[in-house]
Amino acid sequence: MTKKVIVKNLKKSFGSLDVLNGIDLEINEGEVVCLIGPSGSGKSTFLRCLNRLEESTDGTIIVDGYEISDKKLNINKTRENIGMVFQQFNLFSHLTVKKNIMLAPVDRKKMKKPEAEKKAMELLERVGLADKADAYPHQLSGGQQQRVAIARALAMNPDIMLFDEPTSALDPEMVGEVLAVMKELAAQGMTMVVVTHEMCFAIDVADRVIFMSDGVIVEEGTPEDIFINPQNQRTKDFLGCVL
Amino acid sequence: MSTIIQNITDAFRDLGFNKVFFEEVVPLLLDGLLVTIYISLIAIAIGLVFGFLTCLMGKAKNCILRGISATYVWCIRGTPMIVQAFFIYFAMPQLIQIFNPAFRMEPTTAGLITLSLNAGAYMSEIFRGGIDAVNKGQTEAARSLGLSQTKTMLKVVLPQAFKISIPSLVNQFIITVKDSSILSVIGMGEIVNKAKVYVGSSYKYFATYILVAVFYLIVISILMIVSKIIEKKFSYDKKSNS
Repeated sequence: MTKKVIVKNLKKSFGSLDVLNGIDLEINEGEVVCLIGPSGSGKSTFLRCLNRLEESTDGTIIVDGYEISDKKLNINKTRENIGMVFQQFNLFSHLTVKKNIMLAPVDRKKMKKPEAEKKAMELLERVGLADKADAYPHQLSGGQQQRVAIARALAMNPDIMLFDEPTSALDPEMVGEVLAVMKELAAQGMTMVVVTHEMCFAIDVADRVIFMSDGVIVEEGTPEDIFINPQNQRTKDFLGCVL
Repeated sequence: MSTIIQNITDAFRDLGFNKVFFEEVVPLLLDGLLVTIYISLIAIAIGLVFGFLTCLMGKAKNCILRGISATYVWCIRGTPMIVQAFFIYFAMPQLIQIFNPAFRMEPTTAGLITLSLNAGAYMSEIFRGGIDAVNKGQTEAARSLGLSQTKTMLKVVLPQAFKISIPSLVNQFIITVKDSSILSVIGMGEIVNKAKVYVGSSYKYFATYILVAVFYLIVISILMIVSKIIEKKFSYDKKSNS
């Protein structure tokens, strides 16, 4: 099976603060990996290192065959294949929903305008928001915005999707609609790395759950391993608090 | 009753409001007002370009560009405009005349340079504030989609920053129009300069300066109305979704 992500001894520090203290991880094509752990454990930083929104301090990161940690890499080209969804949605507030989705494919010359528009409408159909194509982001609910954000990332036909706490900023009744879209995506075989506090989602969808604490991977395994039969005391303490 | 009205009319006449005054002064002040308006408009236009470039230089990676931008803004903000006007009108020509004795500086040229440099410095700060006010997540989202730094700036950050900047920019336009009056001290023939010359010989201070104030109020009110229209036009919040 193809390895989509290979991370070796990844370290990241902000000044004197060490956030990641040597992460080793491999993710297979089509695998759904959920990262869980307490705040400040480095989950989001790790995710952001995967598309170089944060530059790693040390170690090797290879995504989709490209060495992200190589400073000479054309990161813009590589990022086209790595979709990312943010906690705060980050939709472009001056553009309509449709134009949010069309911006990158047209700008990166992946598609011509009419093609991008067709693709945008298809994706909006898929996330159930075709009727909102001409709305501005602030006119949508949080859940709708996040579904548009997912559609926007998918417009570049990425091979892998990164989700940084996609439901943490949502009202509880809107979490379901976003998770449903993500589940569908997982079912279609998308490689996904998800930082989440939604344990139910992790149990349902994840092929592998990784528990991080203090910048290291403390424990990893199938959802059953982690949630039902955790080995490490720190994992047990954390799950004791959240479950 | 009629004596009261007579008294008031007399009082106004004593202050200088008579037929001759209006025939003499209104055309004179309107002349000055035209200079005020066109100098201000040119300075605003140059200031916008200057301010925008200065702001971009301030955001550049190159430390020399950043240094130039910071020094320019520092000098302009750190000195009164009247000193800048004196410097450009009286001091600069002395320096240039060392190399070219025939050099002469026109008051209007000096005034325009002063006003433009001033507007540019303040507008660059307004643009900087606008860019800084755009949420960092917008940049991250654009970069994560593969957009280059330049494209992210052009397509995502600047359109939003510009919209945020509009109210402050309009405020700066108004300040520029009013600041042009300072240029009367170097003899630029704008409205205050014309008024000063007129009252010097006629002593009709009250009538003249009331009229000057009214003219400023009219021009700036028009500017405020136009700015409201622009603000509405650029606001995507109000576009309906139907």
